[in-house]
Amino acid sequence: MGKVSIATVWLDGCSGCHMSFLDIDEALLDLADRISLVYSPLVDNKVFPDSVDVTLVEGAVSNEDDLKKIKHIREHTRLLVSLGDCAVTGNVPSMRNSFKLKDVLDRAYFENAQVNQRVPDVSIPPLLPRVRPVHQIVPVDVFVPGCPPSAATILQVLGELLEGRLPQVGEQSHFG
Amino acid sequence: MVKTLRIDDQDVSAGTDDTILQVAQDNAIFIPTLCNLEGLKPVGACRLCLVEVEGYRGLAPACVTRVEEGMQIYTQSERLQTYRRMILEMLFVEGNHVCAVCVSNGTCELQALAQRLGMDHSHLEYRNPAKSVDVSHYRFGVDHNRCILCARCVRVCDEIEGAHTWDLLGRGIQSQVITDLNRPWGESKTCTSCGKCVQVCPTGALFKKSKAVAEMEKEHEFLPYLNTIREVRSNG
Ligand code: SF4
Ligand code: SF4
Ligand code: FES
Repeated sequence: MGKVSIATVWLDGCSGCHMSFLDIDEALLDLADRISLVYSPLVDNKVFPDSVDVTLVEGAVSNEDDLKKIKHIREHTRLLVSLGDCAVTGNVPSMRNSFKLKDVLDRAYFENAQVNQRVPDVSIPPLLPRVRPVHQIVPVDVFVPGCPPSAATILQVLGELLEGRLPQVGEQSHFG
Repeated sequence: MVKTLRIDDQDVSAGTDDTILQVAQDNAIFIPTLCNLEGLKPVGACRLCLVEVEGYRGLAPACVTRVEEGMQIYTQSERLQTYRRMILEMLFVEGNHVCAVCVSNGTCELQALAQRLGMDHSHLEYRNPAKSVDVSHYRFGVDHNRCILCARCVRVCDEIEGAHTWDLLGRGIQSQVITDLNRPWGESKTCTSCGKCVQVCPTGALFKKSKAVAEMEKEHEFLPYLNTIREVRSNG
C-alpha cells in the first residue's frame, strides 16, 4: 500500500494547531512511515498538489486569499478536516464580525496609528466583510474542536484516518 | 403517595410532586439541563431537557413537567439528540461564545454540554451580535456576549438573596439581563454584592473581576443548603 498523502494549511489562525500537531513528538516518526506530507507550512512545496488524501485546515476564512485557497484545496482533497476552533467556529478571528469591516480598519490603521495612516493594499489580500468557519464556505468531512486540539486528539484523528475510518472526536475534545 | 412510571426501559417510582427531571436524576438517567439548578425554582427556559412522553403531542420539558401514574417517557431518542444539539447550536450562534478566551473555559456548563452531546460544529450561521460588557461593579462583571438567558442569576438574587437586582429585558435576540432599571451594575441600589449570581451562572457571563482566562470556577453547592434553612425558618 502506498503512503497516504497529507496536506496542512494555515488560514486565519495563530499556528497553535500546527504547533500541537508537531507536539505529537516521537509518534511523528511512526507516522512518517505511513504518510507523506505533500504540502504544509512545515515543508517546502509551494504548490498544492492535484490530488491529496487528507488536508488538515487550521484557521478561519478571513480574507480573499483564504477564500481562494480553501476552494482550491477542497477540489483537490478527498477528506477535509477542520482542525481547531478557528476553522470550526471562527473563534478569535471572528470577534471582529460584531463590528463593520470599515470600523475595524479605521480603528487599526487610523485611530491607533500615529504615522503612515492608510489601509495597506499592496501585496496583502483584502479582508472579507465577515470571518467564517471553513464549513460555511466548503463542505468539511471531520470537525476537530479545541484551541488548540491536544496532540493526543490530533494523533487519534490521524490514526483513524490512516485506518480508513472517519474519526469521531466526540468527548475527546471541546471548544476552547 | 407513590407513582410508578417508566423512563426509557426502566421502571421507576416517584413522589406525587416530582418532576420528570427529578425522577430521572434520582435514577441516574441523564437528561441535559442548563437553566435548571437544584435549589432554584424551575422555569423551563432553555428547553434542553425536552423528553418524549407517550400520548403527548409535543415534547415535554422535564424540569417543569410533573410525573403522572403510568407515564412512559423516552429520554434518548435520535430525535431528541438532534434537537438537543440544535438548541446548543442556537445558543452558540446567538451569542459570542469564544471559549478560548473565556474566564470559564474548562468549567463552563454550555461548553461541557456541547462536548457531551457531540455538538462539534454549528450548522447555523453565527450571528455575531454586538453585545456589551459591564464592569462597573467593584467586584464583578457581566459579559452579555456569553449570557444564555437562563435566568439563574435573576432567580437566585430574588429567591435566595431577596435583593431582586436582576431582571430580563426585551424579546428574542434583543433580550438581555439587566440590573435594577437597566442601570450599570456598579450603581445598583439593591445589590448586596453577595456574589450568588456569579456562582450560579453556567457560563462566563458573570465573573469575578480578578479572574483571567479559564480561572473562574463556580460553586453552587450552597444552594440546596440555603433553601433548607429558609424552609425550616418559614415553617418554624
Ligand atoms: S451580587 Fe448578590 S445581590 Fe448583587 S446581583 Fe448578584 S445575587 Fe443579587
Ligand atoms: S448572566 Fe449567567 S445566570 Fe444570568 S441569565 Fe445570563 S447565563 Fe444565566
Ligand atoms: S432545564 Fe428544563 S428547560 Fe432548561
